[in-house]
Amino acid sequence: MSTPEQNAPARVTAGAAEESRPSLSALLLDPSFWADWASVVGLVGLVIVFGIAQPVFLSVANLQALLLAAAILVVLSIGQTFVVATSGIDLSLAAAVMLGAIILGLFNAAGYGIFLACVLAVLATSAVGFLNGLLITAGRIPDFVVTLGTLSGITGLGLILSGGEPTMVGSTFLLRLASGHFGPFGYPVWVAIAAVIVAHIALYHTRFGVHLLATGGQTESANALGIRTNRVKIAAYTISGFCAGIAAILLVARIGSAEPLINTSLLLNSVAAVVLGGVSLFGGRASILGPAIGALMLTALVNGLTLLSVSAFYQPLAVGAIVVLAALIMRYQK
Amino acid sequence: MSAVHHIPSSEAILACEGLSKHFGGIRAFTDVAFQARRGEVTAVIGDNGAGKSTLIRCLVGVHVPDGGEIFFDGKPKPFGNPDEARKAGIETVHQNLALIDELTVAQNLFLNREIVRRIGPFALLDRKAMKTQARAMLSRLSINMPSVNQRVRRLSGGQRQAISICRAAGSGAKLVVMDEPTAALGVQETANVEALIRRLREQGVSVILVSHNFDQVRRLSDQIWVMRAGKMVATVRASETSGNELVALVTGAA
Repeated sequence: MSTPEQNAPARVTAGAAEESRPSLSALLLDPSFWADWASVVGLVGLVIVFGIAQPVFLSVANLQALLLAAAILVVLSIGQTFVVATSGIDLSLAAAVMLGAIILGLFNAAGYGIFLACVLAVLATSAVGFLNGLLITAGRIPDFVVTLGTLSGITGLGLILSGGEPTMVGSTFLLRLASGHFGPFGYPVWVAIAAVIVAHIALYHTRFGVHLLATGGQTESANALGIRTNRVKIAAYTISGFCAGIAAILLVARIGSAEPLINTSLLLNSVAAVVLGGVSLFGGRASILGPAIGALMLTALVNGLTLLSVSAFYQPLAVGAIVVLAALIMRYQK
Repeated sequence: MSAVHHIPSSEAILACEGLSKHFGGIRAFTDVAFQARRGEVTAVIGDNGAGKSTLIRCLVGVHVPDGGEIFFDGKPKPFGNPDEARKAGIETVHQNLALIDELTVAQNLFLNREIVRRIGPFALLDRKAMKTQARAMLSRLSINMPSVNQRVRRLSGGQRQAISICRAAGSGAKLVVMDEPTAALGVQETANVEALIRRLREQGVSVILVSHNFDQVRRLSDQIWVMRAGKMVATVRASETSGNELVALVTGAA
């Protein structure tokens, strides 16, 4: 049955097929290629269109401002990606940013020092994520319901803690973080780049990353193969909360105060960036670069429309149209 | 009818005595004695609801039996969960729960036993080593796979089953347990999986096979155990039985 003579050809064919790559023209005709690279194609398209319509768009100063404006969304999109990869969704993400900002503001105002305030903010948002994960796994409540609940819950908590008033955060550390540069980029951009690199390694080069995708792909099978899928899910939500904390620090640094306001467009755009980045909402398929570029693309869209003097009222419409378009293209993803 | 006789237990890789399992008031099986010999393919057959799958699940630690004893490699070994059984060297090929569609062939073969390189406090996947070893695992069982980088979703039922079996055998398992490995496969794919099971046996791996297909059982196995209505009613050598005898044993018509 399995003489060496019979085995040899099988091995050869396996080896030969390994080398063959699809040709470029075949790639360009394959809809799944466009689906996988939607965010890159969209970003390049926007840069070309805005660059022609308004040359200021391509100025170094504008591109730097664009990257700076994208940093927070990039960090949030990474957090959302980990959750979506488990076939979940974190609707409490923007509310967690608000809670983090308020805790940062209050502890700073109470004289605990800016570093401790930042650490506590990140701990608080991570705890929110952990709680989300715990309720979803141990409580067996759908992710949608749990994170909608925590969205409302921590909104209220933020209002109670802050008394509904913004807290000024006058810190030289945060001021430097917001306005300082290293090389061509501002510090927030470097924070986002670091987050992308760390998340990319975690997703593609660790056991956790593989187990995350397995959990999102087929939870039952992953369980049967001995993966502790509940732990993986809790970890994903905690990472999402951690990212919200980092985003809260960047946000407070940017606007100089902690406000009890939820930026709902941050939440919607984080999901939009994930979809644009080719991450399957059904879980099991994810990348970090895709959502990061998706976040960049959404920021470029708003930036370009502003430069073209399009009323801000049209911006959500444009974002919505692009996200639905991206979701349509995703249907061709294999 | 052949009586249930006992094989000397030194030859048995997995055995049980007096095993019972109830779910609430429903009796899955009672007082079952069973042995799988080292290096053989042992088949368990029976009608739907005879208790085959539940027995197998008890043997590999998915269910905890209510009574009786399980011996692995001659020693009493009650497995509390499938992980303990896996660590002891028993791999199970689950009917539908074997592979993750979105992961590649290589990722599936090494799922939850990934090879890592330690860099300081961090453990990073050694993807190159896993791909190389995955190719070696596949070719050792003469499984023809276009690429180990292919997502499992795109593979046929037969290829998927081959990968599940390869995964089970690849970890140096002493015993591979398969529940209806060809239930959903076409004729050609069934033949391929049967060939794969024979190759496993040639390489000294013991196999327990649960099947409905009497012809397949006679083709593949050395020893056949027959269950009926929650009891182990007979055991025969595959070479000494006929399809008609098996039908009679399973239905109780003899």
